[in-house]
Amino acid sequence: MYNGGKIITGLIIFVLLISAPFLLNVGQANELPEISLDTPAINQLSEKQCVESVEFMRSQHPQLLNDWRDQVVREGESIYVSSSGERYEMSLDNNCLQCHSNQSQFCDACHTYTSVELYCWDCHGGGIAK
Amino acid sequence: MNRRDFLKSIAAAGLGGALVFHGLDKFGTEAADIVPNSKRLQAKHWGMVIDVSKFNTAEDFQAVAQACHQYHNVPDIDNSKHEVKWIWQDDFEHTFAELESKYLSENVKKLKFPVLCNHCENPMCVRVCPTQATFKRADGVVVMDFHRCIGCRYCMAACPYGARSFNFFDPRPYIEEINSEVPTRTKGVVEKCNFCMERLDKGLLPVCVEASKGAIMFGDLEDPNSQVRQVLRDNFSIRRKVELGTGPSVYYIIGGGGEGA
Repeated sequence: MYNGGKIITGLIIFVLLISAPFLLNVGQANELPEISLDTPAINQLSEKQCVESVEFMRSQHPQLLNDWRDQVVREGESIYVSSSGERYEMSLDNNCLQCHSNQSQFCDACHTYTSVELYCWDCHGGGIAK
Repeated sequence: MNRRDFLKSIAAAGLGGALVFHGLDKFGTEAADIVPNSKRLQAKHWGMVIDVSKFNTAEDFQAVAQACHQYHNVPDIDNSKHEVKWIWQDDFEHTFAELESKYLSENVKKLKFPVLCNHCENPMCVRVCPTQATFKRADGVVVMDFHRCIGCRYCMAACPYGARSFNFFDPRPYIEEINSEVPTRTKGVVEKCNFCMERLDKGLLPVCVEASKGAIMFGDLEDPNSQVRQVLRDNFSIRRKVELGTGPSVYYIIGGGGEGA
């Protein structure tokens, strides 16, 4: 190999540089996002229960909201029956955001952490202070 | 590999693929139940009849337009190039240009016609929309899914009635008081009258109909016993630009009781 020493040194430096962010943070746990449920509407609830279970909402809320949007906008439906049999209006403005009125402490907490940029509030939740 | 083995491996791969997709399906949402809202107003073809003779003063119309624009968070932008409107007024010459008469009756000349989206039977805007953001519902209402609108404005070019407005900037600063029941729009989407589809789905009549004190009638055009059909039977009515074949669902009657027609 011509110039083997230089090439291998160069490669090592390259790999070190690329992996530096990982190497420097090995063993350090990143601070997990803190989600706040401290809103006037939620505090008034006797039983703090969302439309579905916490686990379901954590993992499936994007699909749920997508389904709701399609049902409401394109099919004209408005009532969702949860797995517990409860009926809810499928609406961000008239349902979700009534409780979760704290966008910056609730929605943004995780979405900023995972670097997911949302534009829901460009249109929805206009009447609610952020 | 001979032909027989090749076909076998294709079949095996297909089976494997089907299993994978079946497995992926389980990551979808739980079997969500959507039940129809029993209060929802049903029709085969929603239509509107506007009795122009009942819009005598500017206030008569302002009450209707304000109710509509306030309810739907329509911004009030004082610049004709950027304005957003769902319902507005125009005179006979501009509303019914094809019915132009050199010697138009003075009575008709001074009439002001409330104009809005015609919710066409064959909507051109729906034909041209590249993302199906604009679509026609089963009940004939032509509505927009703002989530899908990419702001190309083909629909604005296609609409022969000028019923569509584009949001050149964030409309929120131009909304006096936001109605929190209804979303606003955002920069870069087209908007228009939606026949209050969100109200129809909850069992309520459109805002303009309620605010018009009987000057605007609303009902099922395919039901011969509906109020709108009754009114159309008894009065001479006109529609805008029917020669284009769009089939507008908004009818105008000019004379209260038939005298002016």
